[in-house]
Amino acid sequence: MRDYVYYPGCSLKGNSKHYEESILPVFKELGFPLEELEDWNCCGATAYFSIDDLMATAICGRNLSLAEKRQRNIMAPCAGCYLTLKKANKVLRENSEKARKINQALEKAGCPYHGGIEVKHPLEVLIEDIGLDLIKDKVRYKLKGLKVACYYGCQLVRPFTDFDDPDYPTSLDQLMETIGAQPVPYSAKTRCCGGSLTGTIEEVGKRLNFILLKEAKRRGADVIVTLCPLCQFNLEIFQDKMAKDYGEDVTMPILYFSQLMGLAFGLAKEDLGFNRSIIDLKPLWPKLTNGGIV
Amino acid sequence: MDIHRQVKYEEELDKTFLEEIKVLSGAEDLDRCIQCGTCSSSCPMSIYMDSPPRKIIAQVKNGFKEEALRSFTIWLCSSCYTCQVRCPAKIEITEVMYALKRKAIEEKVYPQKFPIPVLDKEMTNLIKNYGRNSELWLILRLYLKSRNPIGLLKMAPLGLKLMKTGRMSLKREAIKERKQLKDLLKFLKEAT
Repeated sequence: MRDYVYYPGCSLKGNSKHYEESILPVFKELGFPLEELEDWNCCGATAYFSIDDLMATAICGRNLSLAEKRQRNIMAPCAGCYLTLKKANKVLRENSEKARKINQALEKAGCPYHGGIEVKHPLEVLIEDIGLDLIKDKVRYKLKGLKVACYYGCQLVRPFTDFDDPDYPTSLDQLMETIGAQPVPYSAKTRCCGGSLTGTIEEVGKRLNFILLKEAKRRGADVIVTLCPLCQFNLEIFQDKMAKDYGEDVTMPILYFSQLMGLAFGLAKEDLGFNRSIIDLKPLWPKLTNGGIV
Repeated sequence: MDIHRQVKYEEELDKTFLEEIKVLSGAEDLDRCIQCGTCSSSCPMSIYMDSPPRKIIAQVKNGFKEEALRSFTIWLCSSCYTCQVRCPAKIEITEVMYALKRKAIEEKVYPQKFPIPVLDKEMTNLIKNYGRNSELWLILRLYLKSRNPIGLLKMAPLGLKLMKTGRMSLKREAIKERKQLKDLLKFLKEAT
């Protein structure tokens, strides 16, 4: 496996600290300790591309350059960062006027990029580079009886990647099976959570997430497993309002796949960021710990 | 009830609009749209839109510039790319939506206090100046600039929960090499 540098992005240093807190020890346990990309800048997400796509691509180019200097690929746990950096990488490698302009500016600013970096999401690294066999070897406690709805969201599986299906991906389901959990069929698994709409037009954002939660509940899931900080946040924050507004209780914990992996690996639950859940996890704990030793 | 006839004649349409959006979006196959509607039926935001994506594409293709640029639709697009991966004509629809947003801002025909473009602008400014986004600062600026103090108050209970779980930082994030980032953007601006 070619080494990766870890690109946290704003969320993993902000509202999704528990994603960072769980992904770092899990990769360490697997024998691939992650180092943070020094002085990384924000990816710009969908916002910058709505304002100026040349500039948006350029600031991503700086991150790619920083990683290239260290001869490492980038691992981005946030699906938004992942898509944005991947999109910029594609543009900068093209033989186009746009790419030439941006690459020249990058060089002039002292951060040249030569197109030598790949951008990957941890799920991709786990499945393709590390492999489910090694992960299976690390499992000490199978999460038996835990029913999970695997939620991929939009920007990991579309449109710049071919590591999984854009409509009905299965890699996260396989990963969850490997640690002993039981994925439920979840038809909404790539339906968009609305991204920043929860902050801008709450009515729309709330409704979109209600649909996702309702479907998970209907399928009998105990928990929704996520791989993107914005999805995790959006699914969590309006649950109390939903019961009031839509007359239906869809309360359900929203956890990161890395938190469940850490638990299965036998890492201390206090070190995996479970204390940061807005939703009460007490009813879930018996299910999280009832698995036997492998 | 009054029914108004809304017709545009040939000479009122902008015949350069299609080419312009093609260049801005990179969606070279834009005029190959067969109006099948896969985009509209795939879009999770369709029901909230004034014109579903299929109609927007038809407007762009046929020179209905005003209608496309002044639509609510382009701002509602959350870039989930479902339409794009499903389009049988392989049109980069999400990139078209981005191009329309940029064009609407350029021509100042976008809703300036509407929270979505405000968020886009404020986040972009934070990154330009500091190299990093700071969540709390972004939210504060969002409510301030979209003139929605009541909205901010309504967010207080959530803010409290985030504070309790240590998920809200008051710190303003910044990179060390702010000059490099500013240089980069300056050099690029000079080249365009």
